[in-house]
Amino acid sequence: MRRKPADTARQLVALSRRSTVAIFRQPALVGPSMIFPLFFAALGSSAFSRAINLPGFPKVDSYLQFTLAGTVIQGVLFGSVTGAAALATDIQDGFFDRLLAAPTSRTSILFGRLAGSSFFGALQALVFLLALLPFGVVVQAGVVGYASIVVAGFLTAFAVGALMSVVALKTGSAEAVQGTFPVLFILLFLSSAFFPRETMSGVYRRIADVNPISYMVEGQRWLAIDGLSLTAMLQTLAIPTGVAVVTTALALRQLSARLAAR
Amino acid sequence: MSTTLHRTPEVLASSTQRTIGILAKRSIRTIRRLPSAFFPALAMPIFNMIVFAGTFFAVTKIPGFPTDRSINWYMPLGIMMGAAFGGVGLGFTAIRDIETGFYDRLRMTPTSRLSLVLGPLAGTLVRIIMVTTIVIVIGIALGARFTGGVLGMLCLYVAALGLATVGAGWGLGLAFRFQDMRGAAVMQLSIFLVMFLSSAQVPLNVMSGWLHSVARVNPATNILRLARAGLVNESSPDYLSWNSVWGGLLAIVVMAGLTLTFAVRSLHRLND
Repeated sequence: MRRKPADTARQLVALSRRSTVAIFRQPALVGPSMIFPLFFAALGSSAFSRAINLPGFPKVDSYLQFTLAGTVIQGVLFGSVTGAAALATDIQDGFFDRLLAAPTSRTSILFGRLAGSSFFGALQALVFLLALLPFGVVVQAGVVGYASIVVAGFLTAFAVGALMSVVALKTGSAEAVQGTFPVLFILLFLSSAFFPRETMSGVYRRIADVNPISYMVEGQRWLAIDGLSLTAMLQTLAIPTGVAVVTTALALRQLSARLAAR
Repeated sequence: MSTTLHRTPEVLASSTQRTIGILAKRSIRTIRRLPSAFFPALAMPIFNMIVFAGTFFAVTKIPGFPTDRSINWYMPLGIMMGAAFGGVGLGFTAIRDIETGFYDRLRMTPTSRLSLVLGPLAGTLVRIIMVTTIVIVIGIALGARFTGGVLGMLCLYVAALGLATVGAGWGLGLAFRFQDMRGAAVMQLSIFLVMFLSSAQVPLNVMSGWLHSVARVNPATNILRLARAGLVNESSPDYLSWNSVWGGLLAIVVMAGLTLTFAVRSLHRLND
C-alpha cells in the first residue's frame, strides 16, 4: 500500500510535536545542556582573559567573544543526545513496535524523533546568543549571522542526533546511547572549540586540523568576530548539512536493518 | 544457660582492624570483578590530562605562568580530578550497598561503625595510588618533568590521597543521608564545582575577575598548589617549599576531618 505524501507529512508533524514536547517535559535533561556551556564560558572568561593576547589568537575584545561559537557547539552537542536516547527508550518500552504496527511511515518515526532535539538545538543556540549579549558579545555579521548560527544549531543537532540514532537503533538501549556521550566530549576537546588551532602543536594540532567540529566552530566564530563572509557562511551551514546527510544515511540504513531483522 | 559477650577495648580494636581489612580487600577486589567500573576512573584523569594539555598548550606562554610545559600543569589536574571523583565514587558504592541490603547485614555484625567508613576508604586509597602511578607514567612519557624530584612526586601523591579522602568522606556522608541515587547527583555536582572554581585551569596570578575572588578562598586551590609544587619552575613562588605546601596540607587535614566526621555522623543517623 502506497502512502500519500500528505499522510506522511501529517505523521511527521505529529511525531515531531511529540518529541519536542517530550524534551521540554524533562528539565533534568534540558537544564544541564543549557547551564554547563554557560558555566564554562563564564569560567573561561575569567581564567583565560589574558590568553587573548597570545600569538595565534584572533583579535577579540574578550575571551567570551572568542568562545561564543564553542559555547553554542558544546551545548548543541550535549543536548542532541537526548533525542536518540528517547528513540532507544521508545524501542525499550515498546512504543516503537506499536508505531510499526500502525500504518505509519517508517522514516517519519526517525525524523519525528530527530526533530525534537533539532528544534532544541536551535533554541539552545538562540539562548546562548542572547545570554551573552549583555556581556558585550555581539555577532558582527548582524541579523544574518545570528540567524545562521541558530540554523547551524538546528543542523548540528540533527546531524549528531542522527549519528546517535544509529546506536539507538542498533542496540535499542538508552544506556548505550548515553554511553557514547564521552565520544562527543572527546571530539569537542580535540577541536578548536576552546583555543585556536594556531596555538596548538604536534599530534593534537593535526587531530584538530581534521576534526569537522573545528571547522563548524570556526565558521560561527568568524561570523561573530569578523562579520559576514561567504567562507564563514559555508563553514557554518554547509559542514553541518554535509555531516547531517552522511549520518542520516547511516541512520536510515540502520533503521532498514532493524526492520529487516523483525 | 546464658552467655556473656565480653567486648574489651582490645577485642573491639582487633575486630575493627579486621573489618577494615576485609572491607578494603572487598573494595580492591572490585577492580578485577568489575573492570567496567574501574576503567572510567582510570580513563578520566588520562583523558583530562591529555586534552587540557593539548587544548591549552599555549597558556604557559602567558607572562607569569609558573611552568613552560602545559603537561606539567595539567597532569596534576587530571590526577586530582580522578582522585576527587574516585573518592566520591565510594558514595555510589555505598548507595548500591544500601539499596541491595548489604549495609543492613553489615550493621547487624558486632563491629564498630567507624570500620564501615575506614575499610572502604582504605580500598579507595589503594585504587587512587594505582591510578596516580599510571597517570604519572603516561604523563612522563608525554613530556612531564618533576622539577622537584622525588619530593615533588611525593607531594602529588599526598595531595591525591588527601583529596580522595575528602571526596570519600563527602560521598559517604551524602550516601548515608540520601540513601538513594539522588545523593549521587549532589556528590558529582559539588565536587565538579569545587574543582573548577579553583586554580584548576590557570594559576591565581593569571586569572582575573570573579573566578579569582572565588578561587582565592577555595581550599581546592591550596591542595592543587601542593600537587603542583614539584612540577612548576624552580623560580616560581609555588615551587617546593614549606610556604607552598603548608596551605594544602592544612586544607586536607581540615577538610578530611570535617567530611569524615560528616560520614560517621550520617552513618550513625542511618542506624537510628
